[in-house]
Amino acid sequence: MINFQPVVLWSDIFVWLLVLCAVVFALAVRRREHLRQPWVKLAANRIAMASATVLLAFVLIGLFDSLHYRVALEGKPGQKTQYAVEVLSVLDALATPLRTRNEKTYSEPFATRLYAKETVDVPGQGTVREYPRLKYGGKHLAEHEDEVAADAGFTAFRAGALAFLGWLAVAGVVSGVVGHGEAPGTGWQRIWRGETAFAWDAVLVALALMLLVAVPLFWLSGQYHVFGTDKVGQDVLYQILKSVRTGLIIGLVTTLVMLPMAVLLGIVAGYYRGWVDDAIQYIYTVLNSIPGVLLIAAAVLMMQVVIDTNPQWFSTAAERADLRLLALCFILGITSWTGLCRLLRGETLKLRELEYIQAAQAFGVSSWRIIIRHILPNLMHIVIIALVMDFSGLVLAEAVLSYVGIGVDPTMTSFGTMINNARMELGREPVVWWSLTAAFAAMFILVLAANLFADAVRDAFDPRAA
Amino acid sequence: MLKVNNLRVGFTSGKRLLAAVDGISFAIAKGETFALLGESGCGKSVTAQGIMRLLPTAGRVLGGSVAMEGENLLALPEADMRAWRGGRMAMIFQEPATSLNPVLTVGQQIGEVLERHLGMTGAAATGRMVELLRQVGIADPERRLNEYPFQFSGGMKQRVMIAIALAGEPELLIADEPTTALDVTVQAQILDLLVRLQAERGMAILLITHDLGVVARMAHRIGVMYAGELVEVASREAFFSQPRHPYTQALFKALPDMSRRGQRLTTIPGQVPSLAAMPTGCRFAERCARVMPVCREQSPVWRDEQSHAVRCHWQEAVVDADVVGVGHEITDLSVSAGKEFLQVADLKVHFPIRKGLLQRTVGHVRAVDGLSLAILPGRTLALVGESGCGKTTVGKALLQLIPPTEGSVLLGGQPLVGLRGARLRSARRHMQMIFQDPFASLNPRLRVGEIIAEGMDALAVVGDARSRRETVAALLAQVGLPEEAIDRYPHEFSGGQRQRIAVARALAVQPSLLICDEPTSALDVSVQAQILNLLKKLQSELGVAYLFITHNFAVVEYLAHDIAVMYLGRIVERGRAEEVLRTPKHPYTQALLSAIPLPRLEGSTAVIRLSGETPSPANPPSGCHFHPRCPHAMDVCRSRYPESVDVTATQRVSCHLLS
Amino acid sequence: MLAYIVRRLLYALPILLGVNLITFALFFVVNTPDDMARMQLGVKRVTPEAIQKWKAERGYDKPLLLNAEAGGLAVLTETVFFQKSARMFVGDFGRAEDGRDIAREIGNRMGPSLAIALPTFILGLFVTVTFALTLAFFRASAFDFWGVVLCVAMMSISGLFYIIGGQYLISKVWRLVPISGYGGGLEAWRFLILPVLIGVVSGIGSGTRWYRTVFLEEITKDYVRTARAKGVSEAAILFRHVLKNGMTPILTQSVVAIPGLFMGSLIMESFFGIPGLGSYTIEAIQSQDFAIVRSMVFIGAVLYIVALLLTDISYTIVDPRIRLR
Ligand SMILES: Nc1ncnc2c1ncn2[C@@H]1O[C@H](COP(=O)(O)OP(=O)(O)OP(=O)(O)O)[C@@H](O)[C@H]1O
Ligand code: SF4
Ligand code: SF4
Ligand SMILES: [Mg+2]
Repeated sequence: MINFQPVVLWSDIFVWLLVLCAVVFALAVRRREHLRQPWVKLAANRIAMASATVLLAFVLIGLFDSLHYRVALEGKPGQKTQYAVEVLSVLDALATPLRTRNEKTYSEPFATRLYAKETVDVPGQGTVREYPRLKYGGKHLAEHEDEVAADAGFTAFRAGALAFLGWLAVAGVVSGVVGHGEAPGTGWQRIWRGETAFAWDAVLVALALMLLVAVPLFWLSGQYHVFGTDKVGQDVLYQILKSVRTGLIIGLVTTLVMLPMAVLLGIVAGYYRGWVDDAIQYIYTVLNSIPGVLLIAAAVLMMQVVIDTNPQWFSTAAERADLRLLALCFILGITSWTGLCRLLRGETLKLRELEYIQAAQAFGVSSWRIIIRHILPNLMHIVIIALVMDFSGLVLAEAVLSYVGIGVDPTMTSFGTMINNARMELGREPVVWWSLTAAFAAMFILVLAANLFADAVRDAFDPRAA
Repeated sequence: MLKVNNLRVGFTSGKRLLAAVDGISFAIAKGETFALLGESGCGKSVTAQGIMRLLPTAGRVLGGSVAMEGENLLALPEADMRAWRGGRMAMIFQEPATSLNPVLTVGQQIGEVLERHLGMTGAAATGRMVELLRQVGIADPERRLNEYPFQFSGGMKQRVMIAIALAGEPELLIADEPTTALDVTVQAQILDLLVRLQAERGMAILLITHDLGVVARMAHRIGVMYAGELVEVASREAFFSQPRHPYTQALFKALPDMSRRGQRLTTIPGQVPSLAAMPTGCRFAERCARVMPVCREQSPVWRDEQSHAVRCHWQEAVVDADVVGVGHEITDLSVSAGKEFLQVADLKVHFPIRKGLLQRTVGHVRAVDGLSLAILPGRTLALVGESGCGKTTVGKALLQLIPPTEGSVLLGGQPLVGLRGARLRSARRHMQMIFQDPFASLNPRLRVGEIIAEGMDALAVVGDARSRRETVAALLAQVGLPEEAIDRYPHEFSGGQRQRIAVARALAVQPSLLICDEPTSALDVSVQAQILNLLKKLQSELGVAYLFITHNFAVVEYLAHDIAVMYLGRIVERGRAEEVLRTPKHPYTQALLSAIPLPRLEGSTAVIRLSGETPSPANPPSGCHFHPRCPHAMDVCRSRYPESVDVTATQRVSCHLLS
Repeated sequence: MLAYIVRRLLYALPILLGVNLITFALFFVVNTPDDMARMQLGVKRVTPEAIQKWKAERGYDKPLLLNAEAGGLAVLTETVFFQKSARMFVGDFGRAEDGRDIAREIGNRMGPSLAIALPTFILGLFVTVTFALTLAFFRASAFDFWGVVLCVAMMSISGLFYIIGGQYLISKVWRLVPISGYGGGLEAWRFLILPVLIGVVSGIGSGTRWYRTVFLEEITKDYVRTARAKGVSEAAILFRHVLKNGMTPILTQSVVAIPGLFMGSLIMESFFGIPGLGSYTIEAIQSQDFAIVRSMVFIGAVLYIVALLLTDISYTIVDPRIRLR
């Protein structure tokens, strides 16, 4: 029994707060017919549901990575327990083999040997320069190093078959639920003819693809470094998994922190007009006229000074990196709220001239009540669209910012830091291509899914698109 | 010349194909005007688009044929069809404001047709364009050619549209609601123009409209459409003297006018069936007063007698004008003129125009510019005027939704202007407003119950939840809606029903004055009749006064006790309804009344035609605002605004002719 | 028109002042000059004297906003705010850490920056608008569908990938153009062609998709129906009527893209070793040279405001309804 101490990082709070908001929002929507309508439309959209399935997988990884703890160190009984400085997450625990089996330096995907020659003492032959065997990658092959392809292929095939069986089970349960109370088999038929209100066919296809890729990958990762290792010998697959949380936080928390401000200021400016409007417009024109990167650069540099001059605030490195991540979210939020704010202001200006608002004014309903009852609910669709549309842009921006050195803390794994580290090695001959490729590919899948989902959300929520 | 045979046009909706036009046939001869008449959504425009093959992306021609001079248009390849469009057949549309390309000059837009269909370019084309603009009555055409549409007024834009249509020398002109967006005086000009051009060129016109008055003025033959089908085709004389289809008859009876004052208007119950749920038998069966069992089973066939074809199982001739629904008296015409409870004196609402380096105010839009009126309890004052004359602004300024620039509003002797907070709120209780657009006046996110209760909450009319629900239910009953409506959302109701909800919301605070801003102009005739009946009933039961803002004289004739006529922010004539309607004294009132096309055979006897259009309130003409258009204008009119003169004890007119 | 431009430029003053206040707050209030000195000097060797010396060398030893000791106008002028922020209005940006005059440096680096940004912008606009018009022409067909899919895929790819991938493929594998560097004069095109190409390609996805939406929305307008009723062909409708009306949203969008262009060339310049403003900024950020970053923020804001003004003026060219007063 390992003792551990739960650690709650600030970003964890935001992540779970976000989950809570989503649940509360979903419950509120369920009860109201007219709010549910666009969601129903979304649920019938195949592309949306397929990309949502993919996104959900990413979110699950991110959530597992957002439960942190510190392991208790072995101590003498009676003494106060000491905890390790290293903060781990549930994901780390699940991926312990990936996390701990570090090689010495670079190795190619599925390699059994390092990527660099080393001088080794071979008993009986003196010192030789050769590519040394990896400590973990392909260890089980022992002498049969040349059988990697066959071994990996066979393992992948077995895992794929298992994945298929698992998928069949899921599909069976789903069709059972869909065709509940009807003749057996109707559920299955209805799904594949696309007759269900929820696009189950798309979800199942996406799930099948994901299972067929993921299960063999993880199976193989027990024996090989499927995506290779990086400069310090860390498994690239593990880094990808860790990057997911960073990307999600940047994409979601940023919007969360800017949302209240954008909504409040946008509505107030549009509703009250006059000098309030002038003041708010002035603020966002000023913020807008500073090129985003520079504002972020300036703010992050200053943030770094604050962090560096106050080391006593943080008990672990993780906490420090976490704070920097949150600071980045806030700064990105501040630079990006102007767009939404302007949009909401314009829409409020239009809404306030609508006759039902005038009717409410004629009754002497107070301004705040009008804003909350009449204006806010009629702007919700814009907020939702903005939320999903911004996500992919922010994930991409993180990579660029981290490259410039004003992104997340260099010790924090993210797509940006991965790319930044790997970039240096492009000049090498032969090229170290795998961590770069893996990071770009993972980011591409995440962003593509988000973009497709955002498109569908816009179609479902935008009244003009109807 | 044009023969439409069994044309069917449908729209894809999801995986289904719904027929919006379901087998209509008609023919138009050279030089003839054929009017397609029907309420909104019955498929008039789709028919026209089908003939031109200009359907929106989701639309499909499902069958039938359209033959012009023997050539089947539906079978032509798209490229050949383009030679027809704009060439031998042309089309004009309802909204002149949006139908012209805003970034091309008028000349470029006309020239495009000349080049495309006549191969004319250069000086020849310019000459032709000037000629065309002159033909449609645009002054100074050489200069105008190089101007952009935004530099033209609404009526002139429609003239330009007509010039574009004429440029290809068409034999058939399809006019889709060509005057619906225009003022009556301008409408009269455009209709005259169309009649003249038709006579000159021997053009055939397919006129699409919902207005019986326009039909009476223009058409030679008329086809009535209902739910995607033609139900009656007749010559003008036969149609107006003896409409035979129950639907046509009901339409006529639903029209408000002077002769029906004090009577209930006939309404057509229910709504047009939706495309997705068309009944198998007669499509009008659900709403028909003559319905028989056979109607629900068999679709009626055409019966043709002396070029008057009807599609109905019912065979009798019209016996009695009031068979469809007996009208009965509901209000007395002579409501006693009690003490005025709302007095408006010299009300002004000016919107500043800002310009220049520091955005100084360089002028004002004088939307309302010195307006006085009084409203008596239990009576209806109609405020009539053309668009942009400031009617809506008056309504809002009375309620203090827009702060008046000057002047006073007295409610029962208490001044309203400048009131704030609780005192304004308690004053507002006595006045409420009903808006024009029933779709924009209800918050789509609130339930009907919440919408109606909003005013009661704000003005603290009722206390606990139980009694509140009962009150709301009672209000709904009063406007003829069931109690279940409380828990539903506005989008589940039709336009007429929504307007009822809006009325209930206003009544919730028991006001003694309702300001109705064009409450029926977005509604079809049959639904308009329902709302007018409701308003009358409420007035007799509750004794509310109405300030009825409208541009529709038929409604005024039917409903109003007193009338005030507005022109450019001022009232030019006011008095009791009979006086103003029978013996109008102001030239503008006279012209307005004569410009209205009446839905009768002998209706089109208009004599006074106004030239030009209402000037901008930002820059009103000097002296009498009306002088540039007035047929009686004198020198004094240009320099001095006329004092108002009492013609009788109740009728006051502002015109130099009378002083 | 002239009055309008003057007014807009006058409006720009309070905005620039706001920009200055924000940067001032960031650089001098959140962190005192002492903190900065400690950062720059390295945490180990800091003595109070060293800090004082560092501050004095850079003029950070004055009071921040108000100098109570000085008399007269100097109350305002002998301050860090006036010396470091307000003087930017007259083009005095002070000196960088290495002692060079920032204004001079900016002047030198303007050329290379423009040489990338301008062709990227113009070529990009041309390519995306053409592509978008083509998609709009074939709207609701398979070509359109797959075109949009391609766009979404292209905009889901990180900008860094375009740069790294493009550099690797064209310069390293195919050896067509030099991988990085910059030469003056006519030779410059060999260095510019790759960054411009990459800049254009990386913008195709989002640009095309946006313009396509603009055109499709225009196509539903009433005046297009009128044009069809005139018998005008579909291609003529697109190029004569729709394109001209779509120019306004296109221009608006281009302005929004200008700060993005700046950001794009920031990365681009540092990757390709082009001595422009972007790489200057990145170097400054990485060496934590606050004076340069501050100046670039100011310059960026000025550029933004000028771009906005240019857009407004260009509106009058494409839309006769707009008159600037
Ligand atoms: N908020 C405003 N700012 C500037 N001008 C305005 C404003 N509201 C109305 N106007 C102008 O005031 C004039 C009168 O407008 P109003 O809406 O009262 O006309 P109306 O008679 O109700 O017209 P319609 O029949 O079209 O409804 C118009 O010229 C209009 O453009
Ligand atoms: S067929 Fe029957 S239901 Fe239809 S209009 Fe005639 S009488 Fe009425
Ligand atoms: S005052 Fe003169 S211009 Fe005005 S309405 Fe009378 S006659 Fe006509
Ligand atoms: Mg109005």
